[in-house]
Amino acid sequence: MHIEGKAICLGPDIDTDVIIAGRYLRTKDRTVWVEHVFEDLDPALGARLKGSVIVAGRNFGCGSSREQAAVALKEAGLQAVVAPSFSRIFFRNAINVGLPVVEGECQCAEGDEVIIDLDKGVVSCGGSSAPIRPLSARMKEILLAGGLVPLWRSKKP
Amino acid sequence: MRTLSERILGAAAGDYVDVQVDRAYVHDGTGVLTLEAWKEMGCPGPAFPERLYILFDHIVPANNSTTAFLQKELRDFARSHGIHFSDIGGGVCHQLMGEGEVIPGEVVVGADSHTCTLGAFGAFATGVGATDMAAIWASGSTWFRVPETIGIRLSGTLSYPVEAKDLALTVISQLGMEGASYQALEYVGDGTKSLSMEGRLTISNLSTEAGAKTGLFYADDVTCQYLLQFGHPVESQVPEDCSYGKELTIDLSDLVPVVAVPPRVDSARPVESLEGLPLDQVFVGTCTNGRFEDLQRFASIVRGKKVNVRTIVIPSSAEVLRKAADTGVLSTIIASGCTIGTPGCGPCLGAHMGVIGEGEVCLSTANRNFTNRMGIGGSVYLASVATAAASALTGVLTVPEVHHAH
Repeated sequence: MHIEGKAICLGPDIDTDVIIAGRYLRTKDRTVWVEHVFEDLDPALGARLKGSVIVAGRNFGCGSSREQAAVALKEAGLQAVVAPSFSRIFFRNAINVGLPVVEGECQCAEGDEVIIDLDKGVVSCGGSSAPIRPLSARMKEILLAGGLVPLWRSKKP
Repeated sequence: MRTLSERILGAAAGDYVDVQVDRAYVHDGTGVLTLEAWKEMGCPGPAFPERLYILFDHIVPANNSTTAFLQKELRDFARSHGIHFSDIGGGVCHQLMGEGEVIPGEVVVGADSHTCTLGAFGAFATGVGATDMAAIWASGSTWFRVPETIGIRLSGTLSYPVEAKDLALTVISQLGMEGASYQALEYVGDGTKSLSMEGRLTISNLSTEAGAKTGLFYADDVTCQYLLQFGHPVESQVPEDCSYGKELTIDLSDLVPVVAVPPRVDSARPVESLEGLPLDQVFVGTCTNGRFEDLQRFASIVRGKKVNVRTIVIPSSAEVLRKAADTGVLSTIIASGCTIGTPGCGPCLGAHMGVIGEGEVCLSTANRNFTNRMGIGGSVYLASVATAAASALTGVLTVPEVHHAH
């Protein structure tokens, strides 16, 4: 799996409340989450997610288990999130909805082209590259299927 | 020698396991996406409906017709598939699962990050997302990586006005917000014996704020006595002599009342250092601190006095509310000028029933103080029930006094 996009650089401990606030959760309309994604961090950020890769600090996605956070990023067109570490529920949610999440140290500046090669296990940016932590076989299978629901459907007898 | 997580999951730390789930629950918030994913999976019916629970607590009663319709769909689904169901006002999901549902040694999953609350019973209890939960509805099982464990070794006893909440916030500040990521916490040592079941639930509840997968207490006499009132005769779990990757040692007698300063839960500071901070609202409740013991403590401090700031008290379940009514605790709280909300999550997540305004400061007994958590432009400080009660009386952040002891 090969992923490319322009870097959006964020700090550590980005919680799921700032990805999508509690006041927008009572709906099934995914466009609402796309419209308000990151509103409390930077209202202009949501519009830049399409085709981009978030390069964040440690503990991305901490806090609430709300899967709407992963869905909002995926539906907004984000290509992947790279961070040295993730909060465990968010990490699992992201894989389950087919959003690539990559554990690795990536040194780059805003707007740099980020290239992720999941098969080789490398993230490259601004001329340097770094290893990424391999996904477990099970998570890789889910991600390659596009998420847990498509995988489930493909396995139905 | 194995940790409690390794014993329950039947494998060593680092291994991946597929396990049958003993109990699985969602609330009116996460249940909506779970039901969507479930429909997309195209399954005929839940594998083990008797193990499933749908418990309404997040927006109760419904605040508008959209919420009401989403709740109707979940309510109808629960009823048509024979799933345990608790409607609006029944209480917070984690509290209800702790009122005689979960027993030691079980594997419990909830579509909510604070599912780790139930680790207080010696169960492996952890939060999952909506799609994972839909797969659990379909199959009755899920997968885990067996976590490494951090031991929290306790000695001494808590002395009034210090509470379990102060211990939990102190532990989180020592570990940091991701200090226990992908790991379990185990609370061990002589100090655990003096902690009530309700205090343990508060401590386990906050484990996720250090990133932990769950926070466990070994079932002991306190656990057995508590569960006996619900008709469950259970046995104690004897710790094996295991070595932890990391260990913290805390003397409960050394702790002081603390407050977590926004926007981080790992920012505990002595209440004394911020005393006098003006408050616009005090909120007592949630899966962290809305239990009977909490309301009783609050009432003991405000009895015969008036609060000096708007104060919202929300029992964590209908059973807690009934007990508070039967014992006079409720009338004491109402007489002091507090308002009472429907059992549930209340304003904790900033969606309903006590949201704060721009520039306002709320002192809360809940579990998160993230940016805008309880309302746009508002700030949330987290503290114990005793600190909340003392502060409600003065209207500013106040150290609870020792002579309030009852």
